[in-house]
Amino acid sequence: MNWLLSIIYLVVFPGILFVLGFAFFAEWLDRKVYARVQRRVGPPFLQPLADFIKLSSKEDVVPEKADNAIFTAAPIISLAAILAAFLYVPVVTATALHVFEGDLIVALYLLTIPTLALFLGGWFSGNLFGQSGAMRVASLLFSYEVPFFLALLAPALMAGTWSMSGIVVYLYGNPLAFVVTIGAFFIAVISLQGKLERLPFDIPDAETEIVGGPMSEYSGRRLALFRLARDAEMVVGAGLIAAVFLGGPWCPFISLDPGYIAWAVGAAFFILKTLIVLGLLILMKSAVARIRVDQMVNVAYKYLIPLALAQMLVVVLVKYMGWF
Amino acid sequence: MARVRIPIGPQHPALKEPENFTITLDGERVVGADIRIGYTHRGIEKLMESRSYIQNLYLVERICGICSYTHVYNYTHNVEEVLGLKAPPRAEYIRTLFLELERLHSHLLWVGVAGHEIGFDTLFMYTWQDRELVQDLLEMISGNRVNYAMNTVGGVRRDVSEEQRQKVLKAMDVVEKRCKFYQEMATNEKTLLSRAVGVGILKPSDAIRLCAVGPTARASGIDMDIRRDDPYAVYPELKFNVPTTDTCDVMGRVVVRVLELYEIIGMIRQLMQKLPAGDIKVKAPRRVPEGEAISHTEAPRGEDIHYLHADGTDKPERYKVRTPTMANMPSVAKMLEGVYLADVPITLAAIDPCMGCMDRVLVLKDGKEERNVLEWDRLRKYGIRWYAERGWKQ
Amino acid sequence: MRMPGKMLPKIVGFVFKKPATVLYPKERLTPPKDLRGKMKFHKDRCISCGACARDCPSGACTMQPKSDGKKRPEFDLDFCTFCAQCAESCPKDAIEMTAEFELAHYRRGEAVVKE
Repeated sequence: MNWLLSIIYLVVFPGILFVLGFAFFAEWLDRKVYARVQRRVGPPFLQPLADFIKLSSKEDVVPEKADNAIFTAAPIISLAAILAAFLYVPVVTATALHVFEGDLIVALYLLTIPTLALFLGGWFSGNLFGQSGAMRVASLLFSYEVPFFLALLAPALMAGTWSMSGIVVYLYGNPLAFVVTIGAFFIAVISLQGKLERLPFDIPDAETEIVGGPMSEYSGRRLALFRLARDAEMVVGAGLIAAVFLGGPWCPFISLDPGYIAWAVGAAFFILKTLIVLGLLILMKSAVARIRVDQMVNVAYKYLIPLALAQMLVVVLVKYMGWF
Repeated sequence: MARVRIPIGPQHPALKEPENFTITLDGERVVGADIRIGYTHRGIEKLMESRSYIQNLYLVERICGICSYTHVYNYTHNVEEVLGLKAPPRAEYIRTLFLELERLHSHLLWVGVAGHEIGFDTLFMYTWQDRELVQDLLEMISGNRVNYAMNTVGGVRRDVSEEQRQKVLKAMDVVEKRCKFYQEMATNEKTLLSRAVGVGILKPSDAIRLCAVGPTARASGIDMDIRRDDPYAVYPELKFNVPTTDTCDVMGRVVVRVLELYEIIGMIRQLMQKLPAGDIKVKAPRRVPEGEAISHTEAPRGEDIHYLHADGTDKPERYKVRTPTMANMPSVAKMLEGVYLADVPITLAAIDPCMGCMDRVLVLKDGKEERNVLEWDRLRKYGIRWYAERGWKQ
Repeated sequence: MRMPGKMLPKIVGFVFKKPATVLYPKERLTPPKDLRGKMKFHKDRCISCGACARDCPSGACTMQPKSDGKKRPEFDLDFCTFCAQCAESCPKDAIEMTAEFELAHYRRGEAVVKE
């Protein structure tokens, strides 16, 4: 029966369906909280799903100048890469579906693919605004990927393993390790905001500046997929941070019996921690203006990267002194 | 890197009304801007010649959707001047109240739009929420929210009751409190400052040379305000300051407008306290004798000039409007030089453009728009010839 | 110190407060009583002078022949700008503005105020 469990794990929980459902929920939460901060009412609960269905049924236009194959492949590839990355995130117990030494690195690379897909989709859309947005995507790539990677190195160094499940297992044993890497946690959240291209870093698809950037020419099903991919990326990114920094399914009453209650509580705690990270992402965007490309590079290289490096130094010192 | 020409408009999310700005880019930097206007030409001036003075009251109001009252004030001022009428003092007070309420909601609208252009939608939502307060006041007094249909030749059409007077005063307290909040929000938020400070520079010398008006000029340190320099309505009886800054950038334009909000609130309070008793209008004849008049007022966006030529019938012979946006357009081309592409929308928005008001002329030849650049000398000669052909003396 | 998101602590409380917007068809704001909405025409006061149609700036008010042989105004709300000039021009106060503002109709020509 092990293969059946694996299939349920892959498809239903915590696999594809869970991520997609959570993605819709995250979008709703994002829009609702943003609206309420602005004293608006905000969308009803099923609005993101309704948007997805409606967009899917709309006419799907590929511009004449666009490269059809890449234009179509970009949203699919980005969604696929995000879903693949989620396989390495431990959700229910400390072990994810597939564990090997170095899966953190693989997940990080998989999470970079949507950005590249967005770049290609925008570049080959044949639209001036799409191309200019694609250039912004490409030039910003290193501004947030480098601090994101560096920030996630801190807990990996702490646990002494490149495996996400390994880090979670380490956090099971040493929950206080979070306190040491708290700086890296905030850097990771800020870089994730940049990775997701949300305010104040929504430079590539700035609506009032370059219309919608790489997404300008997308419509119908492809746009629906791209939007879903972005929501899923938000969930997976937040889940990854929740797992690596906050210990994923770790909770104070870990030794529950029987096993399935422990699983349920573990999953609930994972979702709770992901929601905390999501909440930070949402609040971050509610009181800021969009910054410029050059300012974004400044923020990344002047503040985020040096801070991430300092955090790694702290981790090394703590490990050397033998406090953890 | 090769230079790229990017069209901003006529359809673009940053522009609320269609105009074309073709930006020449060197990388992300703007090296030049080519402005092409005329997309929203509605032929209002010509239309006015075929309508009676009473009907024109409501047409002239529709030149602009935001600063409608300034236009209708200018219009009635011109007609009254030719008629030799004078509106009663109470009417002038109510007119000034409307001019200032309009400026208040126009500036609140602008702060929100500026926030929206740089992605600060929260500020946008807040200011527009409080703009509703002002619009409710206007609706309460006049019965309409945008085009108030309040003015008429010889006075105003509706009176302000004691209850409404109290409500206006009460609402001003709320608006003042909210304005302080915006000031705090706009001057403390690092991301907003980083987008507004040092962007879209217009030096004082350029502002004078390019004839900038209103808050755009005041942000460049030019101390000009028609309300103080050539007072009209009841402005001589009011105490107010004219805020200026010398930063010459977008932030300066934000600061000038936000500081002006307090002056407006102060002025509305004085107006409501001093409001004299008496009639609100005098009867005006339908026919206007031959004559001409010109008037200028300080619209929320700057100096607004109206010219009327009456020929003794009940319709104007010629009416000419020069809106502040028109005067500020040459400055925009200058401001855009050297900014980043990302700063183009906020730089454009900083003059508070109102394209629909601005488009007065569109030259069509064989069904196509003619792009004919007239040098100053040629234009002058053309004008002299045009009048000579019609037998008019200089 | 000027920090990004400095105002956040001040505005985050709005999440739990009632929104400023209302869900219109369910909740309604009452308009001021002097609102210039749909006009009401008092047939008995009309003297068929045509002052309203002459002064109407948008051509919404036109004089139409009626069954009793007289011409009386009709108001096409598709064209109306709600300036209330007709009410002001009327020498007999036969036209009155009401605060009714929900004037949407399914077809053109349905929104006409007749006698």
